[in-house]
Amino acid sequence: MSHSKLSELRKEIIRTAHRAGEGHIASAFSILDLLWVLYDRVLQQDPKAPRSENRDRFVLSKGHASLGIYAVLKEKGFFSADEWATFGSYDSRFGGHPDSNKVPGIEASTGSLGHGLPMAVGMAYALKIKASDRRVFCIIGDGETNEGSIWESALLGAHHKLDNLCCILDYNHSGDRALVVGNLAAKFSAFEWEAIEIDGHDHDAIFRALTKEGTGKPRIVIANTIKGKGCTRMENNPEWHHKAPTDEQLEELLSEVS
Amino acid sequence: MNIRRQFVETLSSILDDDPKLVLLLGDIGVFGFRHAIGNHPQRVVNIGILEQATVSFAAGLAREGFHPVFHSIAPFVVERAYEQLKVDFGYQRLGGNFVSVGSSFDYAALGCSHHCPGDIGALQSIPGMQLVTPGNAAEFDSLFRQAYNNDSPTYFRLSEHSHSQELKVEFGKAVTVRTGSKATLVVAGQLLEYALEATEGMDVTLLYYHTIEPFDTDTLKSHANKRVIAVEPFYEGTLAGNITKALPDTAIQLTSIGVPRQFLTNYGNLDEHEEACGFKPTPLRERIQSILDA
Repeated sequence: MSHSKLSELRKEIIRTAHRAGEGHIASAFSILDLLWVLYDRVLQQDPKAPRSENRDRFVLSKGHASLGIYAVLKEKGFFSADEWATFGSYDSRFGGHPDSNKVPGIEASTGSLGHGLPMAVGMAYALKIKASDRRVFCIIGDGETNEGSIWESALLGAHHKLDNLCCILDYNHSGDRALVVGNLAAKFSAFEWEAIEIDGHDHDAIFRALTKEGTGKPRIVIANTIKGKGCTRMENNPEWHHKAPTDEQLEELLSEVS
Repeated sequence: MNIRRQFVETLSSILDDDPKLVLLLGDIGVFGFRHAIGNHPQRVVNIGILEQATVSFAAGLAREGFHPVFHSIAPFVVERAYEQLKVDFGYQRLGGNFVSVGSSFDYAALGCSHHCPGDIGALQSIPGMQLVTPGNAAEFDSLFRQAYNNDSPTYFRLSEHSHSQELKVEFGKAVTVRTGSKATLVVAGQLLEYALEATEGMDVTLLYYHTIEPFDTDTLKSHANKRVIAVEPFYEGTLAGNITKALPDTAIQLTSIGVPRQFLTNYGNLDEHEEACGFKPTPLRERIQSILDA
């Protein structure tokens, strides 16, 4: 069921990017399984009350994958399909990077890498002050770990024992072409985080990693992923990092969606 | 009272009354706040020396309904974490407070890394960022209490020198200190002390600005003069945009007396740097007189 749903979402993402002439499709596909499990099985959220105090928080730190979060939020009823179809147009609420003042369900306006995780750390700390039992989730990318603020956040999360914080690292290795970051589970473990490594496209593994009993530390889930997952031509193909399909490419891409 | 001491007093008092206030110290002022840390261990945090994450962390607190205050030395707050101020607070329209010490060159002997004459100019490029340059301790107490929880990002620039005037200050409203006909002076922050002495007996208007953004255009408009002289404790010309915007389609002769736009490579002390900038009353008077005589 989930897999046929995700195939439909992938096709919608391709069509939306084609219509707008804009979009990081492959980045969205890399995290689509993670987002789906989060919103379908893990997060406690009410689409009719997206800023309810009694919600789990989710921050998409790698904001360029906005097409992925829009697709899932639309599917879960945060806004209509018709409105999302305006993606990228001049007066649309839906831009290439998500805007927390425009889009229901978006907690942080991200885009510049390295901002979302420290903001999520601050939210997790705030929930501790409030003595709330809600959790904060965040997705960062492997290229994003080049930013110093990610490691500043790692220090803060560990020092303040933010066991209500779970960061998912979308490790699709697209950053390797610039800077090889190596064993990120070991690096976060050295920063005193609980590190779990999984196949980032295995829904049961994702669910278990996100919901297992805590250890008193913040958690990093190293999700080994394939950039462009679910569309043959895009998988691990840097050409599709930031590119919208032409009219000619559209049907070909749709036929390649698995 | 010293303005830094006042900062401790004011914040400690509000921490007792407002459970939404959270103070983040960039490993500075920790001894001064030792009692507040003891009283509110979750809401007064020596966060460490990681300014970029700290500003984003503060935005997370703001998103959750708290009123964060981040305190460090001016260049580390503004220049190290500028993009976080711009995106996380400015663009997201989140409320938060950034209280800096060091001003342009209070840490004179420590050199360029600790100087920050460009802070106000840089922050003017973030729409919605409120900028406050309190001239003394009482003004800080009043202005902070007026603005800290107004749901906008606000920068408070504390300086080592203060002026001695006891003025009733209203956030966002300039004070008309003196009126005259030959020129209008726009004076910011602690330099009011020198400007008052320098213009003693002169036929000029002196407007005192403790709030730079939002800039009080009405008061300047109502005292418009063909000669406008800005006396600014940061880079020269910083207020030029505010002044020309307040007086559109008006031919004015605008002079800025501020910190020269160059790296300050000398050490010494604050008085020596003020002397070098021409801020002290005697050279300031001579400069203003030469403008009036021209």
